Amino acid sequence: MAGHGPAVKLGKDNASEWKSKLGIKLFFVYGIIYAGFVVITTIEPEWMSINLFWGLNLAVVYGMGLIILAIVMGLVYNYFCTKKEDELNGPGGGMAPIETKDETKEIK
Amino acid sequence: MNYTPSPIAIGVFLAFVGFVLGLSFYFARKAKSAEGYFAAGGSIPWWLNGVAFAGDYLSAASFLGICGMIAVAGFDGFLYSIGYLAGWVVALFVVAEPMKRLGKYTFADALDSKFNSKGIQLAAAISTLVVSIFYLIPQMVGAGSLVTPLLGWDQWMGVVLVGIVVVVIVATAGMTSTTYVQFLKGGLLIIFSVLLCICIFKAGLNMTVFEDSQKLKRELGFGDIAGVIVKDDVVTIPGDSGFKKAGTFKHFVRLEKEGRYSWWMLKKDGKVNTLIQIPSVTKLKKETKCKFTAYNHNPKVAKKEKEQELSTLELFNGYPKAANHFYQVSHLSKIVYKGKVLKAGAGTGSLGPFEFLKVLKDSEVTIFKKVALKAWTGRKGNDFDRNIESITVWKPTPTAGVLVMRPGLKFKVDPVHKKDKNGNVIIGADNKPVIDNNKTLWEKLNFVSLMLALFFGTSALPHVLIRYYTVPSQRDARKSTIVAITAIGFFYILTLFMGLGAMSNGVIDLTDTNMSAPLVAASAKVGGVLLFSIISAIAFATVLGTVSGLIVAASGAVAHDIMDNYMGLNLTDANKVKAGKIAALITGVIAIGLGIVFKGVNVSFLVGWAFAVAASANLPAIMMLLFWKKTTAKGITASILVGMIAAIAILAISPKMAEMYYGWWGVNFDAPFDLNNPGIISIPLSFITLVIVSLMTQKDNDKLDPEKVAAI
Repeated sequence: MAGHGPAVKLGKDNASEWKSKLGIKLFFVYGIIYAGFVVITTIEPEWMSINLFWGLNLAVVYGMGLIILAIVMGLVYNYFCTKKEDELNGPGGGMAPIETKDETKEIK
Repeated sequence: MNYTPSPIAIGVFLAFVGFVLGLSFYFARKAKSAEGYFAAGGSIPWWLNGVAFAGDYLSAASFLGICGMIAVAGFDGFLYSIGYLAGWVVALFVVAEPMKRLGKYTFADALDSKFNSKGIQLAAAISTLVVSIFYLIPQMVGAGSLVTPLLGWDQWMGVVLVGIVVVVIVATAGMTSTTYVQFLKGGLLIIFSVLLCICIFKAGLNMTVFEDSQKLKRELGFGDIAGVIVKDDVVTIPGDSGFKKAGTFKHFVRLEKEGRYSWWMLKKDGKVNTLIQIPSVTKLKKETKCKFTAYNHNPKVAKKEKEQELSTLELFNGYPKAANHFYQVSHLSKIVYKGKVLKAGAGTGSLGPFEFLKVLKDSEVTIFKKVALKAWTGRKGNDFDRNIESITVWKPTPTAGVLVMRPGLKFKVDPVHKKDKNGNVIIGADNKPVIDNNKTLWEKLNFVSLMLALFFGTSALPHVLIRYYTVPSQRDARKSTIVAITAIGFFYILTLFMGLGAMSNGVIDLTDTNMSAPLVAASAKVGGVLLFSIISAIAFATVLGTVSGLIVAASGAVAHDIMDNYMGLNLTDANKVKAGKIAALITGVIAIGLGIVFKGVNVSFLVGWAFAVAASANLPAIMMLLFWKKTTAKGITASILVGMIAAIAILAISPKMAEMYYGWWGVNFDAPFDLNNPGIISIPLSFITLVIVSLMTQKDNDKLDPEKVAAI
């Protein structure tokens, strides 16, 4: 097929499966916490008015918390993925685009 | 409404648009190949792509729509911020790297990477086009809203302007210029939003009603009418007010003065009955001539407006729009600060971010609830009444800050009470309000459905997916996603303050809540003309950038997926780019038309629809391809089509569309059920379809290339 295949040819990623498993685990952790927000709002909306600290209620703390948690989990995920890539693929992760070999030099 | 254009605003706007266009032409030279046009040659650095991601994503919906919804519905608007950002978690943890590994130009490539199926190519291309168009509508609506106060143009002119500029950008440069434009405006939007928030905190909270609106009401003689007599539900107006009663509806009274109609609300305070004038918009079936003297909002220009006459189809508080007689609203009606109730007219002075939220929560806000007076349509009455297409009024409702600062104002997650035909709550035998269980259930389902669509929609948006092909590697795809999450998350926290700032400063234009954030910047208490001009110009650039990204995605779907792959035309690189540009032009024209039609609808609400269609059509296919080995090509094709059609069908018969049918054509269409967000039905339906069809077509997978299967 004319148009298929990656935009740039990538090196083999030995950490792919490991990263995928970690991603799924973190996705479920975040998904459960997000679902908690939706469930509380749906079933016990009054709870969202409970004051927690600095005069802020549960709705604001939980809502902003979900945004901040996404950032923190993203950074954690990147740290572990980068570490694993370096370990399994070599320094730099080994996933940079493959340079086209200069065939003439090899023949020499 | 204070929509008088200023030279500063026009200057800043033209400079911005000119700069964006110049940037596009500069990068046009770098986009000669198809890879350059559709995927920026896979050469964009991750940090730049990350901010560009934020620029792509922080569209009109985020800045205009979310802030506008928070301004009228409090925390419920912030739910969009939470959901939009949470969706990035799915993108980062599940979709980013596989998409980068499997695709080339479009997400159809990734879906089809192991199947080589004509069905997937066509279905994915159609879904990309449909989702792009759904997402384009709110962008165009937002652009139209912006040019009215900036340049003094009509909404449709703004929509056409964006359409033309974007088609020029996309037709000249493609993904490279789109990326740089996104990077620029993403960065600027965040910087100036921080500045606007600082101005809001500095101004603090006070009970002053927007001064310009007050002056307007005084000059028009729309002060409250006290001493109204109410006996057996019959309202009698005092003889000296000059107003004559011309009909009542529920709590509302229509008054007539010198042949002009206005709407009022009865307020009972002990033994004293008062009529308060409320904002109203009357749409007419055929144009009617109106004489009026326009109100001059600009105190610095002491010019005397002459009486003029023009034909109009819409009356704002009884006058044509050009009369400037529709005023801005929403204000704090009670402030509790440091445990004390402040006197009328007093303020808090500058506040910190958390203190701002706390004081607002402890205080009381007068918000304006929209009511469509449907029973008034088709009324016999006089010539004027027979010419009425629809009437909308806004009811001022003092609301405790506690309710503003938690979910429930827009999404009725609390039990909904049954009401009689006059809108009064029905009290049961136990002396408590009777709960409408059916309505309560639908309202809760609407909320869950929205949150589901927002969570699963982000990673299924075509213009987000194609951005993974602009970076060199999977690691860069991941890193750029994290930069995006950080920038977007920070911005979304700011939306809460900008929206609440608009709510508490009385700047809301009820006919177009999308303008709330720019208008709070314009308010003298908070910012001023310069801040307003810069913020609006950036917001306009935001629309330009997002529309560019969407049009590149749509043109890729046509040129690459449909013409090249599905139809097997084997286009040369140059022809593929040419076909993409023609597709961009056609998509732009469609978007312009829809942008005009959906004028005035909250853009975040419309984006919620785009998310629901994207999550229903695309996400089940992406997730199951990656995580379920039994997925077949026919399963993916069926799930895309079923998810997309189900989502659109539910939207077409939703209560919100019924409201729009009424607004457009005065049609009283009763939605069969109270569901405005289709995700809760269409997303599971799409998953189930994929599973059933895949299980029925397992034999197809025997013919697959093992190498391609292993690559997933």
